[in-house]
Amino acid sequence: MTRGTSSVGTGVVAASAKSEAAEVAVKGNGWTGLIPIAIGILIALVLHFALPAPQRSYNTQILQIIGIVIVLAVSLNIVNGMTGQFSIGHAGFMAVGGYTAASITYYGSMLLWGSTTKHGGFLGSGDWLFLGSCLAGGLVAAIAGYVVGLPSLRLRGDYLAIVTLGFGEIIRVVLQQTGPLIEDVEALRSVGLKQLVPPPLGGSLGFSGIPKYTNLFWVYSILTITLVVAYRLKSSSAGRSMISVREDEIAAQAMGVNIARQKVTAFVVAAFFAGVAGGLFAHSTGTVSPKDAGFQQSFDYVIMTVLGGRGSISGVTLAAIFLTVLPELLRDFEQYRLIVYALLLIIMMLVRPQGLLGIHEVWEMFNRRRRKAETSGSDVSPAEVGP
Amino acid sequence: MSDFAQTLITAIAIGSLYALIALGYTMVYGILKFINFAHSDIVVLGAWGSYSLSVRILPALGYGLKEVPPVWVALMILLLAMIFCGAIGFTIERLAYRPLRRAPRLNVLITAIGVSLLLQNVGQLSFVFGASPQDMPPLLSDRALATFSFGEGESARQLVIGMVDVVIFATATSLMLIMQYLVFHTKLGVAMRAVSFNTDTAALMGIPVDRVVSFTFVLGSMLAAAAGFLIVMKYPSISQPAHTIWVLLGLKAFVAAVIGGIGNVRGAVLGGFVIAFVEQFGAFYVSSNYRDVYVFTLLILILLVKPSGLLGSTLREKV
Amino acid sequence: MIPPKREFLQRTGIVAMLIACLSLTISGCQNGGGDEILIGHYGSLTGSQATFGISTDNGIKMAIEELNAAGGINGRKVKLVTYDDKGEAREASTAVTRLVTKDGVVAVIGEVASGLSLAAAPICQEGGVPMISPSSTNPKVTKVGDMIFRVCFIDPFQGKVCAKFAREHESLKASKAAIVTDQGSPYSVGLEEEFEKSFVALGGTVVSKQTYQAGDQDYSAQLTSIRAAEPDVIFVPGYYTEVASMILQARKLGMTQPFVGADGWDSAKLGEIAGDAINGCFYSNHYSQEDPSPKIQDFIAKYKAKHNEIPDALAALGHDSAMILFDAMKKAGSLEGAAIAVELAKTKDFDGITGKISIDAERNAVKPAVMLEMKNGAPKYVATIQPGE
Repeated sequence: MTRGTSSVGTGVVAASAKSEAAEVAVKGNGWTGLIPIAIGILIALVLHFALPAPQRSYNTQILQIIGIVIVLAVSLNIVNGMTGQFSIGHAGFMAVGGYTAASITYYGSMLLWGSTTKHGGFLGSGDWLFLGSCLAGGLVAAIAGYVVGLPSLRLRGDYLAIVTLGFGEIIRVVLQQTGPLIEDVEALRSVGLKQLVPPPLGGSLGFSGIPKYTNLFWVYSILTITLVVAYRLKSSSAGRSMISVREDEIAAQAMGVNIARQKVTAFVVAAFFAGVAGGLFAHSTGTVSPKDAGFQQSFDYVIMTVLGGRGSISGVTLAAIFLTVLPELLRDFEQYRLIVYALLLIIMMLVRPQGLLGIHEVWEMFNRRRRKAETSGSDVSPAEVGP
Repeated sequence: MSDFAQTLITAIAIGSLYALIALGYTMVYGILKFINFAHSDIVVLGAWGSYSLSVRILPALGYGLKEVPPVWVALMILLLAMIFCGAIGFTIERLAYRPLRRAPRLNVLITAIGVSLLLQNVGQLSFVFGASPQDMPPLLSDRALATFSFGEGESARQLVIGMVDVVIFATATSLMLIMQYLVFHTKLGVAMRAVSFNTDTAALMGIPVDRVVSFTFVLGSMLAAAAGFLIVMKYPSISQPAHTIWVLLGLKAFVAAVIGGIGNVRGAVLGGFVIAFVEQFGAFYVSSNYRDVYVFTLLILILLVKPSGLLGSTLREKV
Repeated sequence: MIPPKREFLQRTGIVAMLIACLSLTISGCQNGGGDEILIGHYGSLTGSQATFGISTDNGIKMAIEELNAAGGINGRKVKLVTYDDKGEAREASTAVTRLVTKDGVVAVIGEVASGLSLAAAPICQEGGVPMISPSSTNPKVTKVGDMIFRVCFIDPFQGKVCAKFAREHESLKASKAAIVTDQGSPYSVGLEEEFEKSFVALGGTVVSKQTYQAGDQDYSAQLTSIRAAEPDVIFVPGYYTEVASMILQARKLGMTQPFVGADGWDSAKLGEIAGDAINGCFYSNHYSQEDPSPKIQDFIAKYKAKHNEIPDALAALGHDSAMILFDAMKKAGSLEGAAIAVELAKTKDFDGITGKISIDAERNAVKPAVMLEMKNGAPKYVATIQPGE
């Protein structure tokens, strides 16, 4: 059993790695760890002011959507790629996050400022309400992820797919039963407890009229943080424990990795980012509806993780960009889109199951070729991880 | 009282359908240890295939599309649909699943999803089945076989047992009995069970594993085709191939297989009826709003309490 | 493990394929012709709601053909740009942003589903491009702004029409009603609420309320419940696909009550699927196929010749939205969004296929509804109900 070489080495450290990993993931080594995040935010600022607003430019809107989609794909990658589980319920967490964020912004705006139109300029009070509501959305989604993940991750992998599928459907049906939105400020201020059951989330019509706070700055700042966290997680001991779970559960367990804990952690982290992304989407289109929780929405992101390389953050990012831009360009062939996706999935699994980049990042590709040129003779580098 | 009986009859008919589909899931899982997501799409193929065949065969035999033809026509279409789906099942296994026999299960799962998406969306193309719902020509006369009256005068209610329901139950039961015989009383059945227990050892014992697997797939697909045929008998308005309703149907049948104990043939049948009962009685006595939710809630309960299913056994995974 | 050379070839192959795809598609991008006027349409061309989007698209295309054959708008031909929104709000949002900001359309037609119209309307409003919804019936849609119009009646009107008819029509005279709603459709839910309000206001009682999901095939649980409640009439504001099955199953359960519905029933397939079971049932619609008016008969004949089936209400509404738009564009004299919007708002007694249409102050269509009765599998005209009755 030579496959789990890297995981065997780190398995011993895995048990105590969780808190350490959290620190490393966020701060890196001291303050220098914040530099990538700062650079990302700077780029986001430049994009925001240099390009026309997404409402006024189709290209900007696509750029914005790409940013949010990458967050979703990269977060799903933590579960499907790194930990090797198979979740098809990402849309459910998105919807949960979206609805939570929308409620806070919409009703919060009404209570604070008397109307639901955008308040304050760039980085004004409205923006901070928006950021708070997205984070809240992420938290609620994370809790939902915990509730869903804890029982199902203890079971064999195939079941998770079904449970996550069912979860999305349950959320959809429950959201359809909600009551109509309260649009009058006075009515809101004097709302009684009885009117809150069922909660006023719009029912089957959906939650509409959400102030469109999402802009390139927020999207790309959050994207930067997501990418940094994902990358740091992957290179940390906790991340390597997750990968070891994917490679060989029994060996990992023998080395002291708490499998259930790693799976649940991955699931919760992914759900958090899905929730935040859901909030971003809700404030981008201005609506969120029960149908958004259905499993068909999840498939797009599953395909991205498969195509890009399960475990490769840059691979998944490239796949996300590709699979968002391509349908826009191919609008004439819309009815064949899903067929092409389906064929892509099947062919990838038959020919190259580890995805485009496998577990490696884009920059590692160049390193390895240089290294191979130097040490001519070594056939396969030990870090080469197969399907 | 009559409401209870009516709900009971519906539950039995629907349970038969779920059981048929669940059998396919469980057989494939038993042999290959993965969830064949594409199974529900074979049901769709069976349904739409029956429609396409009927629309062509009936006029060719001289019957209008609104007349009920003699029974042998219905049987013939059923058989043709089963053969058609069996062939498709065989092809899928051969092309998409067999090369991945040794691969990690996750890969096959993803491939199954790919096949499922493919079947759905190819089905919706205009030159295949199209994107609109169609109406199935009646192949069975829709008589009420028995009518019981309850109550007097104002609150008189009728309990109707329709021909179609009886046919569904009878067909499904016959197929299930045939399966039961096949799996437990024939050499082929022994071979299937051996392969599902331990593939490598079975191969060493001289069992042609590839052929047994193919055969299992063909069997499962034929059952799915029969289920599809029976569905359009009962519900003549066929939804388009990519409609969520088919996926939900497959999902519920899979839940039935899990509840009964995945890999267990008798469990699949039991699970099918359990699901149908929960769904129908829940929808009637509690609320029809949450009909889909009952089934998934039941799934979660079972997974929490007895993950191996009602009739399943816990197998320890050996290193 | 895969030998390095093959690995390299595989990767290069995939990258090459991606680049090929991208370059192919960039070259295939369409640009608007120089002299043509661009009109945008967004609808569900794929997915579960595809039948509705395709019908509407057919109607619009027919209208454009007729217009162009007659010389276009002041000599300029009109070209349609249709985008598929797959039935999803996010896609609708992207599609309409593209239409408004990139393709530079003069006006937008869409959508059938109120939820999607709500997602797209703010974009049109902000972009100063008038939007006409052919059949979104939720009142919220036109409230988004003064660029948003519709050519169909709204839920409150249609719900009232059906309730009144159920209470007062001679063969119904219902005092107890049951309602079966498609809980996933805002159209259905909206109509259900309005019907109940009006029915109760007119002195009736609602004895049972059931729901289903679009695509459901089995309604025995709901129907058995309703049977126990013994209503005089059953109101089903759903789409014909489910309604036909539901009525068939109801008859099998021995239920003889008449069903009443709304314009979602309108389709040639309704009678085909339901057969005799639906005789004696009623529904409200925008127009009657029996109407001898040459305009309507002409439209039906042309549509049948082209698409091999009788047009449904959505195709007719798509046609009417386009025609009203062209009328306004001709009168406006310019292609400015605001100017067209002004003319649209002034539409009075426009002779459309779906009736005489006037746009009111809230930019909703004021038009009569017709009640149809199903006899021998075909809808027969019963009565016209004017707005305000």
